[in-house]
Formats: sequence, C-alpha cells, structure tokens
Amino acid sequence: MDKKRYADLVDKYMPKESKVYNVMKAFIIGGFVGVIGQSLIDIYVHWLDIPKNEANSYMIITLIFIAAICTGLGFFDKMASWAKAGLIIPITGFAHSMASAAMEYRKEGLITGMGSNIFKISGSVILYGVVAAYVFGIIRFVLFGG
Amino acid sequence: MTIKFNNVFVNGASTVTGPYESNGPLSKFFDKSYEDLYMDTNTWEQAEIKILGDSVEILLNKTKMIKEDIDLFISGDLLNQIVASNYTASYLKLPYIGIYGACSTSVEGIILGSSMLSNNQIKNCICSVSSHNTGAEKQFRNPTEYGAPKPKYSTFTCTGAGSLYLSNVKSDIKVESGTIGTTIDSGIKDVFNTGAVMAPSAADTIYRHLTDLKREPMYYDLIVTGDLGVYGKKILINYMQTEYGYDLSHNYDDCGVMLYDLEKQPVFAGASGPAASALVTYSYIINKMKKGELSRVLMVATGALMSQTTVNQKMAIPAVSHAVSLEVVE
Repeated sequence: MDKKRYADLVDKYMPKESKVYNVMKAFIIGGFVGVIGQSLIDIYVHWLDIPKNEANSYMIITLIFIAAICTGLGFFDKMASWAKAGLIIPITGFAHSMASAAMEYRKEGLITGMGSNIFKISGSVILYGVVAAYVFGIIRFVLFGG
Repeated sequence: MTIKFNNVFVNGASTVTGPYESNGPLSKFFDKSYEDLYMDTNTWEQAEIKILGDSVEILLNKTKMIKEDIDLFISGDLLNQIVASNYTASYLKLPYIGIYGACSTSVEGIILGSSMLSNNQIKNCICSVSSHNTGAEKQFRNPTEYGAPKPKYSTFTCTGAGSLYLSNVKSDIKVESGTIGTTIDSGIKDVFNTGAVMAPSAADTIYRHLTDLKREPMYYDLIVTGDLGVYGKKILINYMQTEYGYDLSHNYDDCGVMLYDLEKQPVFAGASGPAASALVTYSYIINKMKKGELSRVLMVATGALMSQTTVNQKMAIPAVSHAVSLEVVE
C-alpha cells in the first residue's frame, strides 16, 4: 500500500473533533477571562483610585498570579486541556506555561534545570511577541506617524 | 526472519503498576501497584527506576531464586539513554544487555533471551521493560503540569514495569518461536497518532510470521498487539485484510485497549509505552494460559521509533514490531 492510500485509510478511522464546539468553548471561556480582566481594571480604578494605565498592569499581574497558583495546586492543567485555547491564549496560559516548566525542571537544579527550561514553551511567545510589536510599531509609525 | 526456539520456557512473570492501571479492568492480576506517580521518590525518573527494580525483586521472590542464580538481565525503557534499565542493572549487578525498541522492547528482549537459551549459551534470563506516564510526557511532550490539549486518537503512556523469567526448566508455557520485524516508514508524521504509525509494521510482522511458519491466523487463540490503541486496532484489521487478505477480526486484540477502561478513564485511545504489552501479557494473558483458557498466543509488540528532534524536522516516524509465539505445553 503506498503512503497516499494508507493516509486515506487512516483518515477513515480518525475520530472527528467538533471544531464549532471547540471554537465556541474557547470563545466563551476566553471571553469570561476577558470579563474578569475588565472587572479587575474597573475595581482598581474606581475602588482603589489607581490610574487606568497602571490598573492594566495590576490586572495582568493579578491574572498571572491566580493562574500560577492554580498551576502549582495542580488543577490548571486539567482546566486548560478542557477549555483549550480559551485558557491557553490569554495571559493565564503564559503564566501557566512558565509555572509548569519551573515545577518540572526544579529538581534538575536552579541553573541547569529551572533556569534553562523555564522559557521552554513561553520562549516562543516572548520572541514572536517582541517581533510582532516591533513590526506593528513600525507600521503604525509609517501610517499614522506614531 | 522467524526463529524456532527449543527448550525455552516461561518460568515466572511479575508486574508493577501505577494508579491508572490499578484502576483499570485488569487490576487484580498485577503483583503490586502504587497510588502515587512519584512512588515515594523525588522524580519521575527515580520512580521508574524504582518500579523496574520492584518488578525484578518480586519475580525473584516468586521464582524462589536469588539474583546470583540469574545468568543475564535484558531490559529496556523509554527514557533517554534507557536510564531506568541502566540504574536497575547497576543495583542488580548482573550481566546486562540494555535494549531500545521503543514499545517493541518487551518482545525484542524475549527473542534475544530465547535465542541464547535455545543455543544453551545461558541457563536462564530475566527480560524486563518499564515506562512511566509523566516521565515520558516530560521527555517527549510538555512539562507534565502544562496539560496541553491532545487529540482523541492520541495514546496515554502507561506507568508500570513487567519482568519475565525464561529458562530451560520445563514449565506450563513455552516460547515456541519469534519473528524479528523489519522497520517500516508508513509516512505518518503526526506524533500523537502512533497507532497509525505502527499498524503497517504490526501487519508486516504478523504476515511474515504466519507465512514463514505456514500458519493461518486462526492457529492462534489470541493475537495481541502492544499499543495500537482503539483506532490503530481498527486500522490494523482493515490493513491486514486489504493488503494481505488475512482476517484478524475474530481472535485479535490490543494490550493498549485491554489495560484501561476507555469509557471511564481519561486515557484517550488507550495505553502506550513498552510496559503496555508486558503489563497485559505477563499478568492477564499468562494467567489465562495457565488456566487453560488460551493455549496459543502471538504477542506482537509494536514500537514507534520517534525522536523529538526528527519529529521537529518533519521526518516521518519509522516503526518496528516483533512477535513471539507463546504456547501451552501439552
């Protein structure tokens, strides 16, 4: 059997994932994280009298803190594999990727283990995040003058 | 390449598992199970070393042997540089051959040991394998707490160790013959779809075994593959029929499917890992053979020979399967 025919045979038996269901789930859960984030900003601005710009940073720090604690307590992985992109794409996923790597490699030493592996997953996010910010920054500067 | 063996008998077997396996349908057949994946150690790697050592120790106790009686220790696992086997061998201080055939390692070891026994080069040997869910997850995929979403057809590396004691002393079960498989590239690149990666190699080995010995599939009461999972199993049945014209639908099963309750346990398409074939065969199947419910079993261990590096380089994953025929002595 050639590889093409075999690939077709395999395809016949593969279980189908419902893309619509997964997208809806990610939209709702991801949106819910967004609502929590916005509520945090509002709370910080109205109740704690923090300026809006700073409240954004405090909101991010709070979400990172909550996600990292959930990873450490051992249930964020179960939530993430259920909610999929809904929890992985927001800042919660970034915190989770670093906390889980730190936990996994801690036993191999602070430098050789945790230090060199903590960005194992989030390294790509940082690299392409910086590159994207740079590219869009230039576009914005050229089109709108900064 | 099929070899007939003379005077090679199974004189004992032992299995040690983790929590997922002991919650499965075969729990009462295992010798020892741990509730926690750390097995009272600090790391996944040390946990795997511990269960592999446990399985050898239990086997020695069951067969009333001391380790100085053993001529050869053959062992393999999934960790880089097969460290679980290496450390266990260093504690045992026995003559040791470390082998790697991914999940085909169990039968690879049996064939090696049986050939040496058949030629009277050794009197006895222990063939062991192990795998550890989170140890494998950490090495091949993501940090264990990351829990990246997986497709439904992915398999779940089982946690456990199995050891088999082979010798020239006559017993109820003999190792009748073995087939060394060829390595097959089926063109599948999806690291999660190991069932599809391995099915053509399992089919090839079963076909060669049957034609070399001029047998029909129904010669065996049970043909059992290692870890194709529920979808790989269906693919193999179809592939065997369309490619070779053999019907496996009556007497074929897969250890990866048998080890867990797929409805209730979070294990996707079933178990994988070198220990999958060992945990099911060395406990449940050998037990059934001793009771006389099965008399001829073809054990086909299936291995997806993948490496993170070559997978990232978009290379297809090669697979190899080896088979041994276990028969009840008349």
